[in-house]
Amino acid sequence: MLGRLSWAAIPLDQPLPLYAMGAVGIVMLVVLGIVTVKGWWPYLWREWLTSVDHKRIGVMYVILGLVMLLRGYSDAIMMRTQQAIAVGDAQGYLPPDHYDQIFSAHGTIMIFFVAMPLVIGLMNFAVPLQLGVRDVAFPTLNSVSFWLTATGSLLINVSLVIGSFSRASWWGYPPLSELAFSPDEGVDYYLWSLQISGIGTLFTGVNFVTTILKLRAPGMLYFRMPVFCWTALAANMLIVAAFPVLTATFAMLLLDRYLGMHFFTNEAGGNQMMYANLFWAWGHPEVYILVLPAFGVFSEVAATFSGKGLFSYRSMVLATLGICILSFMVWLHHFFTMGAGADVNSVFGIMSSIIAVPTGAKVFNWLFTLFRGRIVFTTTVLFLIGFMITFVLGGLTGVLLAVPPVDFVLHNSAFLVAHFHHVIIGGVVFGALAGINYWFPKAFGFTLDERWGKASFWCWLIGFYLAFMPLYVLGLMGMTRRLQHISDPSWQPLLLVAEAGAIVIFLGILCQIAQLYVSIRTRQHRRDLTGDPWNGRTLEWATSSPPPAYNFAVLPSVETIDAFWNMKRKGLPPAEPAYQAIEMPRNSPIGFIIAFLAAVTGFALIWHIWWIVILGLLAAAVTVLVFGWSENREHEISANEMARIEQARLGLGRPA
Amino acid sequence: MTVAALDIVPSAVPTGIARGRGGGGPAPKRTVVAYGFWIFLLSDFVLFSGLFAAYAVLSDQTAGGPTGAELFNLRNVFIETMCLLFSSYTCGLGALSAERRQQGHFLIFAALSFLLGAAFLVIESTEFAGMVSKGAGPSRSAFLSGFFTLVGTHGVHVTGGLLWLVYMVAQVVAKGLRPHVLRRLLCWSLFWHALDIVWVGVFTLVYLMGAR
Repeated sequence: MLGRLSWAAIPLDQPLPLYAMGAVGIVMLVVLGIVTVKGWWPYLWREWLTSVDHKRIGVMYVILGLVMLLRGYSDAIMMRTQQAIAVGDAQGYLPPDHYDQIFSAHGTIMIFFVAMPLVIGLMNFAVPLQLGVRDVAFPTLNSVSFWLTATGSLLINVSLVIGSFSRASWWGYPPLSELAFSPDEGVDYYLWSLQISGIGTLFTGVNFVTTILKLRAPGMLYFRMPVFCWTALAANMLIVAAFPVLTATFAMLLLDRYLGMHFFTNEAGGNQMMYANLFWAWGHPEVYILVLPAFGVFSEVAATFSGKGLFSYRSMVLATLGICILSFMVWLHHFFTMGAGADVNSVFGIMSSIIAVPTGAKVFNWLFTLFRGRIVFTTTVLFLIGFMITFVLGGLTGVLLAVPPVDFVLHNSAFLVAHFHHVIIGGVVFGALAGINYWFPKAFGFTLDERWGKASFWCWLIGFYLAFMPLYVLGLMGMTRRLQHISDPSWQPLLLVAEAGAIVIFLGILCQIAQLYVSIRTRQHRRDLTGDPWNGRTLEWATSSPPPAYNFAVLPSVETIDAFWNMKRKGLPPAEPAYQAIEMPRNSPIGFIIAFLAAVTGFALIWHIWWIVILGLLAAAVTVLVFGWSENREHEISANEMARIEQARLGLGRPA
Repeated sequence: MTVAALDIVPSAVPTGIARGRGGGGPAPKRTVVAYGFWIFLLSDFVLFSGLFAAYAVLSDQTAGGPTGAELFNLRNVFIETMCLLFSSYTCGLGALSAERRQQGHFLIFAALSFLLGAAFLVIESTEFAGMVSKGAGPSRSAFLSGFFTLVGTHGVHVTGGLLWLVYMVAQVVAKGLRPHVLRRLLCWSLFWHALDIVWVGVFTLVYLMGAR
């Protein structure tokens, strides 16, 4: 009846996850209780859960990413603590099986459910505004994308209380991830949650490539687009070209596990290294899917806060597209030790080093943008400077690892762990945090508190260096990654430093929560009434904060790069606008419904409850058929109505 | 600066010049939908390329089981291929009829496309059933895993395409060839042609090269 699911799936023998989930459950119940008592459900359902507005979806993505950051962080601090105390005779507090689940969950969550939602959320929020249009190409599909991503993260969290998660790390290499060595539901949780969220991400890619190439304000030629749009275009082209490879690879592993096929098994001709190749054919572009939008954020920040146009816009665009192409030519550097031979390894080593060239060009462009600029040292700019220093250092260790003989010594060591955290925290996380500080006033109509913001920056920066510089040294001392127990006591001092660093990072997270709290409490004093709090250059600052659902009453007309700066320089255009009727997409519950069905079906697939799988798929098919029949997906706002709304909105001003 | 300050008439851009370089403002809906669907199809090609790559790697890993040369019947595969290619042709004729708002012609061509596609599926499933009954199922060897997955994924796409066609015919009959129905038909026909392109790869890589 319930497949493999039984009461034994609840890990009563491991109190830790149960306590954790108990606490999370209580928090969720309290939140749901407050929402119910206050009668907020209709508002939430109407304005958020069924919203197809790219700004709302972007905000929901960022919230998802930040919530999952807490989950991923708690995994991190548990691992750091275990490694700091489980030295010599001490065994620490985490048994190996549980520890293996934690490092697998940490990597999976941080990449797929923290970094991806954060960058996709920022792209969702900012790209249509920067392009001067009213929404993305397929607004309803956008909502489906978000909810499928949310479903994936839900399934991963369910694995805490019902059953167990994968122990095969965030990349799930066979043969360990095959049925013979991971017979329980752990790997299935990993595979299905990533398959479901991966479909959502693919839809995002299709949506944004189409949006950027086909929906731009009049006059917005390619070479007038803000650099963030260029990096979003590159990242989404990479999504379209890379995510299907991951889907195919996971599908093959699933076929191995569910139907007894032999793609990656030890017997009957399966090939494990094919998994590594296919996985990283997605995995390396994925790195740039994450970091290119972060580069875009920093480009906007550098230009805005130094009061100058971006230095060498065209080389920035070329570097972005160059990285986009090169990112597909380096995947083998993730497994130089496969034994492909010196020739193959040399080619991939050289290609990997070559990526540093366009990246270096970008760093020089940011530097020259800041050079002789009137720099305003906001939190955002601190993240920019912290990023430039940190990312260059992290990139250099990457170039080191790109040398195959060095990699033979350092691969699978703590040095590697230090390297990729160096570039992902220094690049992607700093970029996302900078982006949140930068666009927050646009999203909510008031700025974030600078003092708490700066405190969080310093905690993140110092905490990062404390946590990861020791790991470089430990890697050179011979410490491999994923150790549940440390046999060499001489490593303990450095591990304690790393632990301290992780705690400082936590202080940074606390500062961010305080920043949010303080900013909301004092929002009356920090309202952005102009829509342009930073003296911005691009079109998102040309509309009010927060923008109306339709972004622009009349689409702006673009004459140069930095379109809004140009408008300000030439003086404000006349006040009486010529309103025209516009079409806006209607809200739709389909994203929420599809995600609900995906969650139920995914859960049933993990536990082999076939009748629920069939019901879930049928229900999803019916939902799609019903939606596919509909035609009135837009509603028109007439010119008169538009004028009335605009006058009411602008005349009365924002609520005091 | 507020929205009210943004009111530059869009015609300030010389659209005649700008449109060619993408500066003429948002594209019409039909273009956006078809373009987006093409991008989606590109991603589908990438998915297939992953399966093609896996098949190419595993194609000689027969683990002592039957090889392609022993299993494939090129005559059947040729008939199968012709069915699919001609169904693409009738699909194209159907699209032209739809563009000319000739609903009757469209329905005839849709029926022909459906029959040819269904014939393709029947031949393919007969081939699969024959192989499984000979003990050459997908779990027999890595080669057969790759074969069934690649060819089967294409077959699943064809099945989906046929169901979609039935659904589109229902929409045409119920609503007529209205703009939004035409947009969806355009997507369906792009999908159907794309399956042909994939099949040309399957026919070449799997059957022609594997039957030797």
